[in-house]
Amino acid sequence: MSQSLDAYLLLAAGLFAIGTFGFLAKRNAIAMLMSIELMLNAVNLAIVAFALFTPSLGAQGSVIALFVMAVAAAEATVGLAIVIAIYRNRRTPLVDEYASMRE
Amino acid sequence: MSLPETMPYTGWRWDDLVFLALAGVMLGSALLVVLSRNIIRSGLFMVLSFLGLAGIYALAGSPIVAAAQVLVYIGAISVLILFAVMLTQSKAGPAALVFQRQAWIAAIASVVLLGLIGASILLTDFPAAEALPTVHETREVAFLIFDANVFAFEVVSLLLLAAVVGGIFIARRDESADEEGA
Repeated sequence: MSQSLDAYLLLAAGLFAIGTFGFLAKRNAIAMLMSIELMLNAVNLAIVAFALFTPSLGAQGSVIALFVMAVAAAEATVGLAIVIAIYRNRRTPLVDEYASMRE
Repeated sequence: MSLPETMPYTGWRWDDLVFLALAGVMLGSALLVVLSRNIIRSGLFMVLSFLGLAGIYALAGSPIVAAAQVLVYIGAISVLILFAVMLTQSKAGPAALVFQRQAWIAAIASVVLLGLIGASILLTDFPAAEALPTVHETREVAFLIFDANVFAFEVVSLLLLAAVVGGIFIARRDESADEEGA
Protein backbone atom coordinates (compact mmCIF):
# COMPACT_ATOMS: atom_id res chain seq x y z
CA MET A 1 0.00 0.00 0.00
CA SER A 2 2.82 2.37 0.80
CA GLN A 3 4.27 1.25 -2.53
CA SER A 4 1.37 2.54 -4.65
CA LEU A 5 0.97 6.03 -6.02
CA ASP A 6 -2.82 5.82 -5.73
CA ALA A 7 -2.70 5.51 -1.94
CA TYR A 8 -0.64 8.67 -1.57
CA LEU A 9 -2.81 10.59 -4.04
CA LEU A 10 -6.04 9.49 -2.36
CA LEU A 11 -4.63 10.60 0.97
CA ALA A 12 -3.77 13.99 -0.53
CA ALA A 13 -7.26 14.23 -2.04
CA GLY A 14 -8.82 13.51 1.36
CA LEU A 15 -6.74 16.16 3.05
CA PHE A 16 -7.54 18.67 0.30
CA ALA A 17 -11.29 17.97 0.60
CA ILE A 18 -11.17 18.45 4.38
CA GLY A 19 -9.35 21.73 3.88
CA THR A 20 -11.93 22.84 1.30
CA PHE A 21 -14.76 22.10 3.69
CA GLY A 22 -13.05 24.02 6.48
CA PHE A 23 -12.39 27.00 4.27
CA LEU A 24 -15.99 27.17 3.05
CA ALA A 25 -17.73 26.40 6.33
CA LYS A 26 -15.76 28.09 9.12
CA ARG A 27 -16.72 31.54 10.39
CA ASN A 28 -13.43 32.40 12.04
CA ALA A 29 -10.88 33.93 9.67
CA ILE A 30 -7.98 32.17 11.42
CA ALA A 31 -9.73 28.81 11.12
CA MET A 32 -10.07 29.53 7.41
CA LEU A 33 -6.31 30.17 7.23
CA MET A 34 -5.72 26.84 9.00
CA SER A 35 -7.84 25.15 6.35
CA ILE A 36 -5.75 26.81 3.63
CA GLU A 37 -2.64 25.39 5.30
CA LEU A 38 -4.22 21.92 5.20
CA MET A 39 -4.93 22.30 1.47
CA LEU A 40 -1.34 23.46 0.80
CA ASN A 41 -0.08 20.43 2.70
CA ALA A 42 -2.25 18.16 0.58
CA VAL A 43 -0.80 19.61 -2.61
CA ASN A 44 2.71 19.22 -1.20
CA LEU A 45 2.00 15.57 -0.42
CA ALA A 46 0.83 15.04 -4.00
CA ILE A 47 4.04 16.64 -5.34
CA VAL A 48 6.23 14.46 -3.13
CA ALA A 49 4.25 11.35 -4.09
CA PHE A 50 4.56 12.03 -7.84
CA ALA A 51 8.28 12.68 -7.44
CA LEU A 52 8.66 9.47 -5.45
CA PHE A 53 7.25 7.38 -8.29
CA THR A 54 9.07 9.19 -11.10
CA PRO A 55 12.67 8.00 -10.80
CA SER A 56 13.90 10.24 -13.63
CA LEU A 57 12.92 13.29 -11.56
CA GLY A 58 15.47 12.43 -8.89
CA ALA A 59 15.34 14.75 -5.91
CA GLN A 60 13.65 17.60 -7.82
CA GLY A 61 10.34 16.77 -6.12
CA SER A 62 11.82 17.45 -2.70
CA VAL A 63 13.15 20.78 -3.96
CA ILE A 64 9.72 21.79 -5.28
CA ALA A 65 8.11 20.75 -1.98
CA LEU A 66 10.62 22.85 -0.02
CA PHE A 67 9.90 25.88 -2.21
CA VAL A 68 6.15 25.37 -1.72
CA MET A 69 6.73 25.33 2.04
CA ALA A 70 8.64 28.62 1.88
CA VAL A 71 5.87 30.26 -0.14
CA ALA A 72 3.27 28.84 2.29
CA ALA A 73 5.17 30.43 5.17
CA ALA A 74 5.09 33.79 3.35
CA GLU A 75 1.37 33.35 2.71
CA ALA A 76 0.67 32.55 6.36
CA THR A 77 2.61 35.63 7.48
CA VAL A 78 0.72 38.05 5.26
CA GLY A 79 -2.65 36.36 5.84
CA LEU A 80 -2.35 36.49 9.62
CA ALA A 81 -1.15 40.09 9.47
CA ILE A 82 -4.25 41.00 7.45
CA VAL A 83 -6.51 39.18 9.93
CA ILE A 84 -4.89 41.01 12.86
CA ALA A 85 -5.20 44.36 11.05
CA ILE A 86 -8.90 43.76 10.36
CA TYR A 87 -9.38 42.64 13.97
CA ARG A 88 -7.93 45.98 15.16
CA ASN A 89 -10.64 47.82 13.23
CA ARG A 90 -13.66 45.54 13.57
CA ARG A 91 -12.98 43.84 16.94
CA THR A 92 -14.09 40.45 15.63
CA PRO A 93 -12.36 37.59 13.79
CA LEU A 94 -15.64 36.32 12.29
CA VAL A 95 -15.74 36.80 8.53
CA ASP A 96 -19.53 37.06 8.20
CA GLU A 97 -19.44 40.24 10.24
CA TYR A 98 -17.11 41.95 7.77
CA ALA A 99 -20.15 43.21 5.87
CA SER A 100 -19.41 46.92 5.56
CA MET A 101 -18.94 46.61 1.78
CA ARG A 102 -22.46 45.25 1.49
CA GLU A 103 -24.26 47.99 3.37
CA MET B 1 17.85 -5.42 8.72
CA SER B 2 17.10 -8.46 10.77
CA LEU B 3 13.46 -7.58 11.39
CA PRO B 4 10.94 -9.52 9.33
CA GLU B 5 9.34 -7.65 6.43
CA THR B 6 5.83 -8.69 7.31
CA MET B 7 3.87 -8.84 10.49
CA PRO B 8 3.63 -12.32 11.98
CA TYR B 9 0.34 -14.23 11.41
CA THR B 10 -1.47 -11.58 9.37
CA GLY B 11 1.07 -11.09 6.61
CA TRP B 12 0.73 -7.30 6.60
CA ARG B 13 3.83 -5.41 5.59
CA TRP B 14 5.21 -3.14 8.30
CA ASP B 15 5.50 -0.28 5.80
CA ASP B 16 1.81 -0.52 5.05
CA LEU B 17 0.91 -0.64 8.71
CA VAL B 18 2.95 2.47 9.51
CA PHE B 19 1.54 4.21 6.44
CA LEU B 20 -2.03 3.41 7.48
CA ALA B 21 -1.42 4.55 11.06
CA LEU B 22 0.14 7.84 9.95
CA ALA B 23 -2.59 8.41 7.37
CA GLY B 24 -5.24 7.77 10.02
CA VAL B 25 -3.63 10.20 12.45
CA MET B 26 -3.27 12.82 9.73
CA LEU B 27 -6.79 12.59 8.30
CA GLY B 28 -8.42 12.19 11.72
CA SER B 29 -6.74 15.22 13.21
CA ALA B 30 -7.39 17.22 10.01
CA LEU B 31 -11.10 16.41 10.41
CA LEU B 32 -10.92 17.51 14.04
CA VAL B 33 -9.29 20.78 12.90
CA VAL B 34 -12.34 21.69 10.85
CA LEU B 35 -14.97 20.17 13.16
CA SER B 36 -13.63 21.34 16.52
CA ARG B 37 -15.60 24.12 18.21
CA ASN B 38 -12.64 25.53 20.12
CA ILE B 39 -10.17 27.30 17.85
CA ILE B 40 -7.18 26.67 20.13
CA ARG B 41 -8.00 22.98 19.93
CA SER B 42 -8.18 23.31 16.13
CA GLY B 43 -4.66 24.73 16.13
CA LEU B 44 -3.31 21.92 18.30
CA PHE B 45 -4.94 19.27 16.11
CA MET B 46 -3.37 21.03 13.11
CA VAL B 47 0.05 20.44 14.72
CA LEU B 48 -0.81 16.74 15.09
CA SER B 49 -1.92 16.58 11.47
CA PHE B 50 1.35 18.18 10.29
CA LEU B 51 3.28 15.69 12.42
CA GLY B 52 1.51 12.76 10.75
CA LEU B 53 2.27 14.23 7.35
CA ALA B 54 5.95 14.60 8.33
CA GLY B 55 5.96 10.90 9.17
CA ILE B 56 4.50 10.11 5.77
CA TYR B 57 7.21 12.17 4.07
CA ALA B 58 9.86 10.26 6.02
CA LEU B 59 8.22 6.99 5.00
CA ALA B 60 8.09 8.17 1.38
CA GLY B 61 11.85 8.54 1.28
CA SER B 62 12.14 12.33 1.58
CA PRO B 63 13.74 12.84 5.01
CA ILE B 64 14.74 16.42 4.26
CA VAL B 65 11.13 17.34 3.43
CA ALA B 66 10.01 15.64 6.65
CA ALA B 67 12.53 17.67 8.65
CA ALA B 68 11.47 20.89 6.90
CA GLN B 69 7.83 20.02 7.57
CA VAL B 70 8.53 19.77 11.29
CA LEU B 71 10.65 22.94 11.35
CA VAL B 72 8.54 25.15 9.10
CA TYR B 73 4.99 24.01 9.77
CA ILE B 74 5.11 22.86 13.39
CA GLY B 75 7.87 25.20 14.49
CA ALA B 76 6.92 28.37 12.66
CA ILE B 77 3.50 28.43 11.01
CA SER B 78 1.58 26.69 13.81
CA VAL B 79 3.13 28.93 16.44
CA LEU B 80 2.32 31.98 14.30
CA ILE B 81 -1.30 30.83 13.94
CA LEU B 82 -1.63 30.13 17.67
CA PHE B 83 -0.27 33.60 18.45
CA ALA B 84 -2.79 35.13 16.06
CA VAL B 85 -5.56 33.13 17.76
CA MET B 86 -4.54 34.54 21.12
CA LEU B 87 -4.41 38.08 19.69
CA THR B 88 -7.88 37.87 18.16
CA GLN B 89 -9.79 36.01 20.86
CA SER B 90 -12.61 38.15 22.13
CA LYS B 91 -14.60 37.08 25.13
CA ALA B 92 -17.72 38.68 23.70
CA GLY B 93 -17.54 36.64 20.50
CA PRO B 94 -20.16 33.92 20.14
CA ALA B 95 -18.28 30.66 20.60
CA ALA B 96 -21.26 28.42 19.88
CA LEU B 97 -21.72 29.17 16.18
CA VAL B 98 -18.46 28.17 14.51
CA PHE B 99 -19.89 27.32 11.09
CA GLN B 100 -21.47 29.48 8.43
CA ARG B 101 -25.11 28.92 7.63
CA GLN B 102 -24.13 27.34 4.31
CA ALA B 103 -21.96 24.67 5.99
CA TRP B 104 -24.22 21.94 4.59
CA ILE B 105 -23.58 23.09 1.05
CA ALA B 106 -19.87 23.29 1.82
CA ALA B 107 -19.91 19.71 3.10
CA ILE B 108 -21.69 18.49 -0.02
CA ALA B 109 -19.30 20.44 -2.25
CA SER B 110 -16.20 19.03 -0.57
CA VAL B 111 -17.55 15.47 -0.71
CA VAL B 112 -18.25 15.95 -4.42
CA LEU B 113 -14.73 17.35 -4.87
CA LEU B 114 -13.26 14.33 -3.07
CA GLY B 115 -15.31 12.03 -5.28
CA LEU B 116 -14.16 13.78 -8.45
CA ILE B 117 -10.47 13.78 -7.50
CA GLY B 118 -10.66 10.22 -6.22
CA ALA B 119 -12.37 8.97 -9.36
CA SER B 120 -9.85 10.71 -11.59
CA ILE B 121 -6.98 9.19 -9.55
CA LEU B 122 -8.42 5.69 -9.69
CA LEU B 123 -9.38 5.89 -13.38
CA THR B 124 -6.03 7.30 -14.53
CA ASP B 125 -3.36 4.77 -15.44
CA PHE B 126 -0.19 6.42 -14.14
CA PRO B 127 2.78 5.10 -16.12
CA ALA B 128 5.18 5.09 -13.19
CA ALA B 129 2.80 3.83 -10.54
CA GLU B 130 4.61 0.52 -10.17
CA ALA B 131 8.13 1.90 -9.87
CA LEU B 132 9.87 1.25 -6.59
CA PRO B 133 10.20 4.34 -4.44
CA THR B 134 13.71 5.59 -3.84
CA VAL B 135 15.21 7.48 -0.93
CA HIS B 136 16.46 10.90 -1.94
CA GLU B 137 19.83 11.77 -0.51
CA THR B 138 20.00 15.07 1.33
CA ARG B 139 23.26 15.82 -0.49
CA GLU B 140 21.45 15.55 -3.82
CA VAL B 141 18.69 17.92 -2.62
CA ALA B 142 21.27 20.41 -1.37
CA PHE B 143 23.06 20.34 -4.71
CA LEU B 144 19.79 20.96 -6.55
CA ILE B 145 18.79 23.89 -4.32
CA PHE B 146 22.09 25.70 -3.95
CA ASP B 147 23.61 24.98 -7.34
CA ALA B 148 21.12 24.07 -10.04
CA ASN B 149 18.20 26.16 -8.76
CA VAL B 150 20.07 28.88 -6.93
CA PHE B 151 18.19 31.66 -8.76
CA ALA B 152 14.82 30.29 -7.65
CA PHE B 153 16.22 29.96 -4.13
CA GLU B 154 17.23 33.63 -4.11
CA VAL B 155 13.83 34.67 -5.44
CA VAL B 156 12.11 32.69 -2.69
CA SER B 157 14.30 34.25 -0.02
CA LEU B 158 13.47 37.70 -1.39
CA LEU B 159 9.76 36.78 -1.36
CA LEU B 160 10.01 35.68 2.28
CA LEU B 161 11.77 38.91 3.23
CA ALA B 162 9.12 40.99 1.43
CA ALA B 163 6.33 38.98 3.08
CA VAL B 164 7.79 39.42 6.56
CA VAL B 165 8.35 43.16 6.11
CA GLY B 166 4.87 43.52 4.62
CA GLY B 167 3.36 41.51 7.47
CA ILE B 168 4.99 43.76 10.05
CA PHE B 169 3.80 46.84 8.16
CA ILE B 170 0.20 45.60 7.88
CA ALA B 171 -0.13 44.35 11.45
CA ARG B 172 1.68 47.33 12.98
CA ARG B 173 -0.23 49.22 15.63
CA ASP B 174 -1.39 52.57 14.35
CA GLU B 175 0.33 55.30 16.40
CA SER B 176 -2.47 57.88 16.22
CA ALA B 177 -5.21 55.36 17.06
CA ASP B 178 -3.08 54.20 19.97
CA GLU B 179 -2.92 57.68 21.45
CA GLU B 180 -6.68 58.06 21.20
CA GLY B 181 -7.22 54.69 22.90
CA ALA B 182 -4.75 55.37 25.70
